Amino acid sequence: MDTHIFKPDLKRPLLSVGALGWLRTNLFSNWFNTLLTLFSLYLIWLVVPPIVKWAIIDADWVGTTRADCTSEGACWVFIKMRFAQFMYGFYPHELRWRVDLTVIAAIVGAAPLFVRAMPRKLIYGAFFLVAYPALAFWLLHGGFLGLVAVPTSQWGGLMLTLVIAVVGIAGAMPLGILLALGRRSDMPAIRVICVTFIEFWRGVPLITVLFMSSVMLPLFLPEHVSIDKLLRALLAVMLFEAAYIAEVVRGGLQAIPKGQYEAAAAMGLGYWRSMGLVILPQALKLVIPGIVNTFIALFKDTSLVIIIGLFDLLNSIHQATVDPAWLGFATEGYVFAALVFWIFCFGMSRYSMSIERRLDRGHKR
Amino acid sequence: MQTTARVQPARSSLLRDPKFRGLVFQILAVFTVVGIGWYLFQNTQSNLAQRGITSGFGFLNNTAGFGILQSLIDYTETDTYGRVFVIGLLNTLLVSGLGIFFATLIGFVIGIARLSPNWLLSRLATVYIEIFRNIPPLLQIFFWYFAVLRAMPAPRASYEFFDAIYLNIRGLYLPSPIPADGFNVFAIALLAACVAIVLVARWARKRREATGQLFPTPAVAIGLLVALPGLAALVAGNPVTWSVPELRGFNFVGGLVVIPELVALTLALTLYTAAFIAENVRSGIQAVSHGQTEAARSLGLRPRHILRLVIIPQALRVIIPPLTSQYLNLAKNSSLAAAIGYPDLVSLFAGTVLNQTGQAIETIAITMSVYLAISLSISLLMNWYNKRIALVER
Repeated sequence: MDTHIFKPDLKRPLLSVGALGWLRTNLFSNWFNTLLTLFSLYLIWLVVPPIVKWAIIDADWVGTTRADCTSEGACWVFIKMRFAQFMYGFYPHELRWRVDLTVIAAIVGAAPLFVRAMPRKLIYGAFFLVAYPALAFWLLHGGFLGLVAVPTSQWGGLMLTLVIAVVGIAGAMPLGILLALGRRSDMPAIRVICVTFIEFWRGVPLITVLFMSSVMLPLFLPEHVSIDKLLRALLAVMLFEAAYIAEVVRGGLQAIPKGQYEAAAAMGLGYWRSMGLVILPQALKLVIPGIVNTFIALFKDTSLVIIIGLFDLLNSIHQATVDPAWLGFATEGYVFAALVFWIFCFGMSRYSMSIERRLDRGHKR
Repeated sequence: MQTTARVQPARSSLLRDPKFRGLVFQILAVFTVVGIGWYLFQNTQSNLAQRGITSGFGFLNNTAGFGILQSLIDYTETDTYGRVFVIGLLNTLLVSGLGIFFATLIGFVIGIARLSPNWLLSRLATVYIEIFRNIPPLLQIFFWYFAVLRAMPAPRASYEFFDAIYLNIRGLYLPSPIPADGFNVFAIALLAACVAIVLVARWARKRREATGQLFPTPAVAIGLLVALPGLAALVAGNPVTWSVPELRGFNFVGGLVVIPELVALTLALTLYTAAFIAENVRSGIQAVSHGQTEAARSLGLRPRHILRLVIIPQALRVIIPPLTSQYLNLAKNSSLAAAIGYPDLVSLFAGTVLNQTGQAIETIAITMSVYLAISLSISLLMNWYNKRIALVER
């Protein structure tokens, strides 16, 4: 009796494994796909080599003046020479350590909040939220406890951009949460007030709000009161962002199952306690990605303060490009500004996505 | 000690009554809001009186006396501020319309490209989206205006495309159509074709719902659109002649001039918003579950019918609400025009007119109400549409 002997398996066709197989399935699976690949390659060839040539190969990197930019490519000397101004604005040179220290304090202080295993996070977080703004104000503005005052008219560059964005969002949070609660309230008068407020700010462009803060606010206040220009911008940004935050938070409140509200009421908790202890902690956790996205939008919108004459990052760079000593380097300036904004926004959007994924997993269980 | 305490019927005090408390709270809130409003109003009144500004909208009838870079309707310096307002509004609508049109086009193409099975193409689309949506729109406007269009050559050294389009520091010169003899017939034919398409589409849908038979509506529509006007042009002669820009001396004559401010603004708003629209399109298409495709396939539908009859209608339901809010954002972002001096509503009215007249409250209130009106009407439209297309669940 013959025993049947199995032949060894044939190898997979060369064209379906490894790099070749990958190329075939992803780039050349049929004539249309091949066409798309060729088209994409053409686009890349059209865009990438000139940019690389301009920005890296042909660029000038060393030197100190305009005369050092002799080649056809980008003049990064311009950025190098003006870098400090782009970061700090007109902040006095010898006091810039205070800005650095503020940033370092923020990073060191906030780092424990991102460690997931950290005990008593809530208490530390509350402490940080109270202590840090006071410290930052003392360091940046000074004028008491032994630090020389630096008026806000000297603030500028990336530092001012960050100040507007961070203060704007931090100030908008409490108001936004209150508005969101008000919009879902049972009391008609409260609801109408909140809805009107939210829809008003969401319906107008930020630029008109900034205009309003710069020309109308002085009319609204008693004569002897005059508010700092930066503070006026901050107020405008806060009111504007609060409306957006309110809508984000409302999304979170709506996502909490009704049983949670009922359970809180059944425990005998009043309105503020049931919101503060049961509903908001869950709702706010859900909307962290939404809040980060609002922050990204705000961060991009801070560039509008150029309209009311504040020297944020974009305005500092814009002013530098029209400086007679460095005329003709607008492209370099804007590309640098774009890069800085892009790094911040892209980083934050990735962070928001990672939280979203983490929260998602928590819910699937 | 307290053993003799009598059991009272549970008569809660008025302060513990939720209804009463709610009422008090609401009255307090209304009083606070009205009080703040009154305080601001009083301050404004006294400030205005002190500065000698008379409030009111009478200034709208005064002569403006300044030139405007671009106006869609006739304007001279002797016209009123009221007319300046209309011009600003029209310019805002123009740039928003252009931006919405191009952004939708590019956004859909890139959104679909992102879902392409072609690895390279989908990566390219992702790179586009990630670059453009993470850079502030104002910065993009500055880039196109100051770094690109301001660096264009003088008219004599213009960039030239197809011998008809020229680009130089003064703007974009396009050929403009001038109606000729056959124009009326051509226009009527075009209108007739549109009406016919609507009728055919209706009839085809009714037939499909009654009998299940499909009718090649898109092919017929394209045929009608080409054939009818084409026939009209053959019969009645050329519908339009083109005025092509021509270099005479130091500048171009003829054609249509698009000012660089408008080019920069449209370009930046389009590219920025297209990145967001692409993401909406992608998530909308992905929201249609794979089961739908499989079900359609097992019913024996062809791939193009699956797309047309099953995927697109369901994807649009997800895409359209965020799409409208992107349109709204674009309209609001068009106010960034003020930064490069394109004469839109904000830069003309809340800028120039405000500076000339000093009527801060009136001009800003008018400007804000225009944007508010646009936003609110679009959201009302959106709510109506959402109700109409919402899934009717059993």
